[in-house]
Parts: sequence; C-alpha cells; structure tokens
Amino acid sequence: MGKRIGIEVSLAIAEAAKMANTDVVAAYPITPQTHIVEHLAELVASGEMNAEYIPVESEHSAMSACLGSAVVGARTFTATAGQGLELMHEVLYVASAMRLPIIMAVANRALSSPLNVWGDQSDMMAVRDTGWIQIICENGQEAFDLTVCAFRIGEDRRVLLPVMIHADGFYLTHVVEPIEFPKQEEVDRFLPPNQFPLPLDPDKPVTMGAFTPPVMYTEAKKAQEVNLRASKKIILEHWAEFGKAFGRHYHPIEQYRTEGAKTLLLTLGSFGETAMTAVDKLRSEGKEVGLLKLRLWRPFPFEEVRQAVGNAETLIVLDRALSTGGPGGPVFSEIRSALYSEKKRPRIVGFVAGLGGRDITVAEFEKMVKRSSELAKTGGEQEFEMFGVRE
Amino acid sequence: MVVNNTGLIEIRWHGRGGQGAVTSAELLAQAAINEGKYAQAFPAFGPERRGAPVVAFDRIDSESPIRVRAEIREPDVVIVLDPTLLRVVKVTAGLKNKGLLVINTRKSFTEIEKDFGSNWKLALVDATKIAREVLGLPIVNTTMLGALLKAVGVVKTESMFEPINGRFGRIAEKNINAMKKAFEETLVKE
Repeated sequence: MGKRIGIEVSLAIAEAAKMANTDVVAAYPITPQTHIVEHLAELVASGEMNAEYIPVESEHSAMSACLGSAVVGARTFTATAGQGLELMHEVLYVASAMRLPIIMAVANRALSSPLNVWGDQSDMMAVRDTGWIQIICENGQEAFDLTVCAFRIGEDRRVLLPVMIHADGFYLTHVVEPIEFPKQEEVDRFLPPNQFPLPLDPDKPVTMGAFTPPVMYTEAKKAQEVNLRASKKIILEHWAEFGKAFGRHYHPIEQYRTEGAKTLLLTLGSFGETAMTAVDKLRSEGKEVGLLKLRLWRPFPFEEVRQAVGNAETLIVLDRALSTGGPGGPVFSEIRSALYSEKKRPRIVGFVAGLGGRDITVAEFEKMVKRSSELAKTGGEQEFEMFGVRE
Repeated sequence: MVVNNTGLIEIRWHGRGGQGAVTSAELLAQAAINEGKYAQAFPAFGPERRGAPVVAFDRIDSESPIRVRAEIREPDVVIVLDPTLLRVVKVTAGLKNKGLLVINTRKSFTEIEKDFGSNWKLALVDATKIAREVLGLPIVNTTMLGALLKAVGVVKTESMFEPINGRFGRIAEKNINAMKKAFEETLVKE
C-alpha cells in the first residue's frame, strides 16, 4: 500500500486527478475550489503532471473546453463551486446528453445573493437534473478515492457519462487531514486508459450533439434516462472493485448505528461526521438513534434508501439547501417521494440548516432529534423547518 | 505538561493575515499525522485579507479519528502570534477553564495576569525578538510552534522537522532553529 499523509483535501483531489493520468484540465478558479485548480496548474507547470492546462475566461468556457477535450477521447477533469457551477449550467446538460465522461469536483458553496462564499449544498441541488452522475464525499479520503473511481465509472463503455464529485466547500476543501495515498502503479492497475469509443476524428467525420426535431427529442431523452438509471449497477461494480483493491468500501447509502433505531437522521456530505458523534452521544444515553448518509445522489438509489430506512418510526432529513416556496428541502422532498408508495413508512421531518457556512454542531444535531419528536407529536401541517434561524 | 496528552486537544491560533497562523496550524497537524495520530487543521473559513486578524484551528487526537466538522468554540489551547491582537480580539473567548494561553509578548506573567486574570495556564515568549535574530524577519509562526511544544507536548519537537522542511525548503533550517530557540526560552506557568 501507499502512504498516509497529512494534506489539504483540495490538494488530494488534484493529486487524484494527476494519479489518474488526466490529459486535459480546463478550469476557472473560484472560492472555495481555488486550491484544487491552483495545485493542478502547479503540477502541470512543474512537469510533474503530463497534461494540458487550459486557463479559460469563465466557467461556461471551462465546461465548453471540457466538451471539446472529452469528445476527442482525452481524459478530462475540471472543478468549480457555487456561482461557477451555475455559470456552466447550460453546458452541463450538453456533456451528459453527448455522453462525455468529464470528471468534475464541486467544492459545494452557497449561491448569491446575498454574496456568500461559504459552504452549503445549494449549488449541488441546482444541477440535480443535468443528467450527471453525482457522488457525495464525507471526508478527504473519500474525496480522493471517489475521484479516482469517477474516471473508471464515467469512462466505462456501458456508462459514458460525466461524473460530479461533491466535496463540501471549506469543511473539506480547506482542511488538512490524514489521507492514505496509494502507489501510482496501484492506481494504474485499477484505472485502465480512457478508450472513448467514438472520438471525433477529421479522417472519419461524424456529427455529435446535433439539432433534433420533436420527432426524435423524446427518444433521445428516454435513452439518457435509461442509461443513467442503468449506471447504478455499474457504479456499484466499480466501487466493489475499488474495495477489493484498496480495502475501502463505498455504498449508495451508508448506515451508521442503525440497528434497532427508532429515529434516523439522514445527511449528505461532511456533516455526516458531526452527526456520527451526535449519534454516539445519544446512543450512550440509551436513545435509539441511527444515521443514514446518502452518497449517491444521481442515479438516486431508491431500493437502497427504502431498505436502509427499514422500520424506523421517524426519519429526519437535513437539507443544506432550500427549495424556496416548495415542499421543503430538495433532499427531504425526494426522500419523501421515494417512500410514498411504501405501506409502512416513517414520519419524515425535514430541517433546512447549515446554509452559507453556518456550522451545525453535535449539540444542534441532538436538538434536531428532540425537535423531531415534538413535531411528530403535534403532527401539524408544517413538515419542515428552517432550523437555528436567529429571530 | 499542562493539558492532558490523550484524547482530543483543540487549539486555536490568532494571528494577522500573512503572519502564517494557518501555515503553523497545518504543519502541526502534519507532524501529528506523521506520528500516526489523527488531526485536522483549518482556517476560519472565508475570504482572506493581509493584516486583518485571522484565526486557524487544530484538532489532534492520539486515539480516534476526528468526527466533527465545525469551528472550535471551546479550545483547550489558544496561541497568539501578534501581541497587538490582545487589544483588538478577545483571545480567551471560549477557552476552557484552566486552558493554556500561549502568547508572543515581552510582558511578564504578572502583567499578563493583570489583563487576563489567573484562570489560565500561561506560556510566554518574546517570539518577535527570536524571529528577528534567527530568521531576520518578524514572522513568528514557526517560532511559536516551539513555545506551544514547550507548554504541551502534542507532538514531539523532532516530528516538526519533516513538515517544516517540506514547506520551507532552503529556509527550513532557520525556521527549525527559531522553533528550538523558542522552546528553550518559553516560560511556562501552571
């Protein structure tokens, strides 16, 4: 095996792209993603990484350059955050519909206005329906591992889809922590070269991403839907292979102390670690509380979520994004929808918290559990709350 | 030795933008990780401004992985790189009862206790003088690592060498010397 080192998570993500033998990086710096692309630029400039670094004038151009790179069969990586992800929004749909395996790290950040560079998951939720595979990391080790896996998943001939790796801005990107680095030859063994099946080639011209009239557009979208759904099985296959090779195992939804739990918390991303500590504390007080951590956001793991929820009486869903004027946070809404047809389902309580860099502490997770039982008793119409608002 | 050396230790660094508080926090975490411990280092999140008061954090745990992603609100240790901050920032905010306060200052224990009370364990050193002598610059971040390690052995002094070498290259040796000198000169009051 390789080496355990203390490294900033941003640098570890950049190192993962380097160890994956990325051919092209096209990116525009934005807080809190900056350290990722800065480090990639350094690696390319110093010759440590044999890749083309394309500095562009905006995120819209970054993703457009990535399209051009991926379409000729180059292994392509980029990273962005918050407003940057929003600026590339329309191009994201093109990447997935053209079946281009672009790998992108997203340092999750709040959206303006008011201007806020801090972490939440509003950016992730705003690109939910762009047709990308979306995977969420809890810590630096996962950010490294899942970035390496993303290339193998996206480039698999049965998948051919772009993959977003979500890592909470600041809470992950700016933290130095211990990360196990594999050896280069171990990564090479795990990750075969990119063999894009239909690269653009002037000698064999083809048209890609063409104009499509109503007679074919629905069929094209159906094909995309079938393909993205089917990718789940293949994602699991590659994670299992990664587990065999490196001893770290990844699942669409991770469970923590869920055995016999009457109340379950559900989180996405780095706040899962704080929630684990809260669950430990509540368990030590004899409370039957467990934790679910959603790793695979798209394709959504319906079966796995239903199984993981099991016989819980209350399910608390934490959203770090708001669906303004809607039925609650976006994750809450999806989970409720996924469980709607179940004969026995828990009471689902949604909290929106941790917006724009506001911490959620162990004590606040405990408060959420307490508040959820109050809400369960009253059974009012208000099914979600913005938690911890200063009034 | 002041603070307990097992379990979780939480440290808050106070400096000004450009003085290297974040770098010190990172080097300390790297040293702890190289010793096989678990550690996190991170800045107070947000935009950075040169000269403005900045804060950085370390969590070090010799036994178990660290499972908290939030700012440190009740540190065991506070380190102050810049004496002028003492008038601007309440550096003892949230500091645990009997916690350790490590300050770069020319003042005596009596003078510091007059300002901050006697509730804290104190470690005092004139790091600016040491940094000027050894580095030729009043940048005290590595010097203050020596002061911290004198007061609480969160890592072995030798464990700092590799991270400092990795970060500072040809000026690493001077930084190591400044750290060692501070280790010798720091006065600790339990």
